[in-house]
Amino acid sequence: MVREVKLYTSPTCPYCKMAKKFLDDNGVKYQEFNIAEDKAAREEMKNKCSSLAVPTICFDDQVLVGFDEAKLKEKLGL
Amino acid sequence: MYELIIIGGGPAGMTAAVYAARKQLNTLLISSDIGGQGLTTWLIENYMGYQFIGGHELMQKFEEQVKQFPTTVKLEVGKTVERLSKTDGGFEIRTHNGETYQARAVILATGKSPRKLNVPGENELLGRGVTYCAICDGPIFADLKVAIIGGGNSGVEAANDMVKIAEHVYLISLTALTADRILIDKLENAGNLTVFTEHEVLEIKGESRVEGVKIRDLNSKQEKTLAVDGVFVEIGLIPNSDLAAELVAPNRLGEVQVDCGNETGVPGLFGAGDVTSVPGKQIVIAAGEGAKAALQAHHYLQRLRD
Repeated sequence: MVREVKLYTSPTCPYCKMAKKFLDDNGVKYQEFNIAEDKAAREEMKNKCSSLAVPTICFDDQVLVGFDEAKLKEKLGL
Repeated sequence: MYELIIIGGGPAGMTAAVYAARKQLNTLLISSDIGGQGLTTWLIENYMGYQFIGGHELMQKFEEQVKQFPTTVKLEVGKTVERLSKTDGGFEIRTHNGETYQARAVILATGKSPRKLNVPGENELLGRGVTYCAICDGPIFADLKVAIIGGGNSGVEAANDMVKIAEHVYLISLTALTADRILIDKLENAGNLTVFTEHEVLEIKGESRVEGVKIRDLNSKQEKTLAVDGVFVEIGLIPNSDLAAELVAPNRLGEVQVDCGNETGVPGLFGAGDVTSVPGKQIVIAAGEGAKAALQAHHYLQRLRD
């Protein structure tokens, strides 16, 4: 199933790197937004995803805050 | 049944795994993540062999090295161990999802976690303005107001980062600032900083996200609420020793007491890294302790066989 996955990150966040590596390793396509540089993305993450922490991963109607491998696997159906 | 279970995938646990593999011990390394506290340091300048290296990059190198031994070391990542108990033949662990594993020997390398304030609102607003990772979440609070709790190095470092981007920064400390002078001096010219020393945090306020923090002056007992969008908790770390509490009593710092051979006093149960009483919470020390613990576990298992 093709779904739109959005990953919000900051450049100095180690858990964001882990999330990226996990998505890459599992062949999940995603769009990355650097909230430190991209103000519009920052506002989108805060308002649409109601999240104030990175990494935030949004797809379908799901919002996952933080990197939790087990939860990501389950929610993405991997 | 495994010969050895290593609980924790940080520098101590991963180094122990490599040493265990080289001794041909049938080993399970189980951890909620790979890298542990090694991941939370942005830049490491005191791990020998590298003048500087990113914490994430160094932990990836550790992981690659562990994965050189796929037949001797099995990795179970993304699992939290909730119980460790003694059995007739050794030990049993149980994970958050109810799985159990058995081994003749165990190395506890569970590290430390951020200390919590334990005030109302803290858990409820985690990820909604409350954060324990200033280097991760700092940029989210650009042009907003934040309170940084903690006057040690990590709190003052976070303040140094945030005064550059936040509208206003409140730095709140129970005592006078205890950070290194060089870090405190850097804050001197910040026009958007207010420091409250000898103040305690009573409550983090907010409905769906952080709206304020209530503090109290330790001397005058006067209370006030600061309107903020974010609260960064930087008040140190506590050892993750709860898991061992059934078998060994922690010392007064909450650490697992070990001797110079990484033994806990319970035959077959070893400790390594930041969770233990060994002084010096450093990656290079944790790695060395992990190596020692695995070698000691090997001796122990050999004695069992003989």
